Amino acid sequence: MSEDRLMGESALKQLAGIALEHSKAEQTEVRVLTGRWGLTRFANSTIHQNMASENVEMSVRAVFGKKVASASSNILTEEGIRALVDRVVEMARLQDENPDFVSLPGPTEQPRFAEAYCPDTAASSPEERARMVAKLVAECDKVDATAAGSCLARVYERAVLNSLGVGTYFKGTAASLTTVVTGQDGGFGYASRMASSIRDIDASEVGGEAAKLAWESRNPMDLEPGEYEAVLTPYATASLIGMLGWAGVHALPYQEGRSFMSGKLGRKIVGDSINIWDDALDPRVLISPYDAEGVAKQRVEIIKNGIASGILYNSYTAHREGKKSTGHASGHNLIMAPGDATLEQMIASTKRGVLITRFHYTNLAHLMTVTMTGMTRDGTFLIENGKIAGPVKNLRIQQSVIEALNNVDMIGRDLILEENTLAPALKISKFRFQSATQF
Amino acid sequence: MLENLDARSFCDGVLECARSLGADYADIRIVDRNDEYIALRTGKVEHLDNTSSSGFGVRVLVDGAWGFSSSPHLTIEDGRRVAREAVRIAKASLTLKRKDIKLAPVDPQEAKWESQFEIDPFDVPLEEKIGLLRDADAALRRNEKVKITDCSMTFWRQHHVFASTEGAFIEQTKTESGAGIAATAIEGAEVQRRSYPASFGGDYATAGYEFVKSLNLVDHAEEIARGAVELLSAPPCPAGDHTLILEGSMLALQVHESCGHPIELDRVLGMESSYAGTSFLTPEKLGKFKYGSEHVNITADATLTEGLGGFAFDDEGVPAQRTEIIKDGIFQGYLTSRETASQLGWKSMGAMRADGWDRIPLIRMTNINLLPEDWSFDDLIADTPDGIYATGIQSWSIDDKRLNFHFATEVAREIKDGSLGKLYKNPMYSGITPEFWGSCDAVCGKDEWHIWGVPNCGKGEPGQSAHVGHGVAPARFRKVRMEGAK
Repeated sequence: MSEDRLMGESALKQLAGIALEHSKAEQTEVRVLTGRWGLTRFANSTIHQNMASENVEMSVRAVFGKKVASASSNILTEEGIRALVDRVVEMARLQDENPDFVSLPGPTEQPRFAEAYCPDTAASSPEERARMVAKLVAECDKVDATAAGSCLARVYERAVLNSLGVGTYFKGTAASLTTVVTGQDGGFGYASRMASSIRDIDASEVGGEAAKLAWESRNPMDLEPGEYEAVLTPYATASLIGMLGWAGVHALPYQEGRSFMSGKLGRKIVGDSINIWDDALDPRVLISPYDAEGVAKQRVEIIKNGIASGILYNSYTAHREGKKSTGHASGHNLIMAPGDATLEQMIASTKRGVLITRFHYTNLAHLMTVTMTGMTRDGTFLIENGKIAGPVKNLRIQQSVIEALNNVDMIGRDLILEENTLAPALKISKFRFQSATQF
Repeated sequence: MLENLDARSFCDGVLECARSLGADYADIRIVDRNDEYIALRTGKVEHLDNTSSSGFGVRVLVDGAWGFSSSPHLTIEDGRRVAREAVRIAKASLTLKRKDIKLAPVDPQEAKWESQFEIDPFDVPLEEKIGLLRDADAALRRNEKVKITDCSMTFWRQHHVFASTEGAFIEQTKTESGAGIAATAIEGAEVQRRSYPASFGGDYATAGYEFVKSLNLVDHAEEIARGAVELLSAPPCPAGDHTLILEGSMLALQVHESCGHPIELDRVLGMESSYAGTSFLTPEKLGKFKYGSEHVNITADATLTEGLGGFAFDDEGVPAQRTEIIKDGIFQGYLTSRETASQLGWKSMGAMRADGWDRIPLIRMTNINLLPEDWSFDDLIADTPDGIYATGIQSWSIDDKRLNFHFATEVAREIKDGSLGKLYKNPMYSGITPEFWGSCDAVCGKDEWHIWGVPNCGKGEPGQSAHVGHGVAPARFRKVRMEGAK
């Protein structure tokens, strides 16, 4: 085992090989994951939870014709692996047939590859994370504000082998630093960064950005709910775009007729300026070249110039339509194309509107219209005649994402990775605020 | 896994190592979990999954700062490595220490507890479990406008050992079961869903397979399917301020979001402010703040071990307790840990639980219960000349201090002249927590009271999912803001 405590490609494939060899199923898929993470949480400007863990886990999918079962375990002695395989094979034999199941996927071409493993992150220590938090807190101390948040460093590897010849291996790292800053007189601020390399995250910059917001948002005033123009920072846009991911960019809801895309492929659904795609190999996202079935991830245009253009398939949903998997058996990495505006230009062009730093606790209030509810949080401001008039108390939004993307006036030029979505700022001409809260 | 381990000797060895490296306090949890999830979707078994995971986590206090590390490798060598790492992490925490963490006292216990069940769900043949779901699925799909069905059951067994440098050694084994069905009717762009006995997978309890059998899923399938189809042509819920009667599972979620979370003392003290948020129920409000009307009496009760939030000891070795949270509408108490309770000069009421061996314990809800009054449901409807009866969870959202909330339910029925009337689709209601509970003027009685199991309460980083319970009976609220999506 190396310094990063990963086992390496040959060791993972060897473990998977034990399972494949032992399986009596007609088709067998074995996924082995190992990983290690360290997470430093802080609140009230002190480290209050500080953790590390590692795990090694195997998932096995066994297939007899159209009968499929899955099981997983983290007991990976030879005896443990054989017991896991025996269990899943027995489950699959007892299983009912799924008429839509065709086959596990076969091997796919190597994806265009981008490095996602950063030794700096893999080797990061609790002392380094504590130093980063201290730098962030120092920025908050300057405005007499307290910081809460987390600093994460994670290293992981995954091998997927199946009896049809799939044999992929991938290792990567992820780091993040996120903070919510509580300032004086009801002020709050937020900032967040995610990257593959922990060295790409400037803790002072994160702290400074959030502390500035907490200072500027103190003494918020009441604002009557209603319809306003809205300027969304990239953090807020990421929640909006992320909601599309929940509401049906994958094939299963599309096929079942409960996606906003159902029956609309090839038709214009949002404004011409909107371009959204999925690309897990874009170096600006946390790269993942293969999905959980070991299929190479494809770039998929989801909305192109406002037109519904594509959906994301795993092998099961692809086989249902006689198509090939796009490599989306596990999650998505949505990217929205930037425009050319700055946040300042968006504010300057707003007659009377609301600047939203980010949203909290968003949920789908209505599926087919992708109507999102949720609160604004950590810096909400009234804009009047092209200038920030002052902070306002948080507002509840109730807004169709589709309608909002039909009313985009300006798109920001800078993108931020938030909640695994790469998003720009947006200026939206009509945005519905349903109610207000008391802070 | 645990049966092959001398748990006491392993724990002693790891704790002694932590102490020798400078830990003033240390505890260890060994956890062995086994889960089974079976799900049919529209006639096809899409999930037949079994997951097992075992490992241990070590938590240490060094000079008043926390460290935690964990591993799946249950060997004494790795136990010592993990203890060393936990101490190193705690020392890194000292970089930003502003005050010492202190733990409220607890009497260290030696105990063994197993939850009760009649039928071991892991012994029930798979064919029987799949067969039950298949029968329910077939009954749902007899209605041709039902295009999607979901029928599932889930079983969990967790065996865990807790030991501390204070001398505690507690073994607990908990078996939990749950199941549910749902029908989605689709016609053009109209999509409507009804579920039984509750949304998002059904209802859950600390029990065995007998609980799943008691739900009589097949017998309820036809009604659920018809309900979803009827909603396709129903008008939207009318907007306005309405008298609202909430059905049990929806009210359970209302209790969860607007009472359960804001009484978590770690939230109150800012420890979760960067993620889930804080709370409006700050300590100066204890004993005087009017949270709700005199009809609102809420307890946190882990001693009701049949509920999903029941247990014998929490993950700090504190015995399960029943704590008054709201008494006659007045705010009285919190969910606490040893660390947070000490800040108020209290003892812990025992609400610390961790989601597995690789997570630290956090303050989690136990069974947060709205106590019953004496109304029958029929009498409550009959007593309501004009209102809305809302059933089933559709969506939920609440602000980061737990004041401004918004819920959508699966369905609403008009209440007119004391009788249930026409159906409304896409109902939504919203409000401000103390105003909403202040408008409660009736709670149904024991016959309608049930502890709903919620197996997916999210909190913390990395994310943890807790199993919690909410005992409620339908209740009535006045002047609630409602609307309906078209």
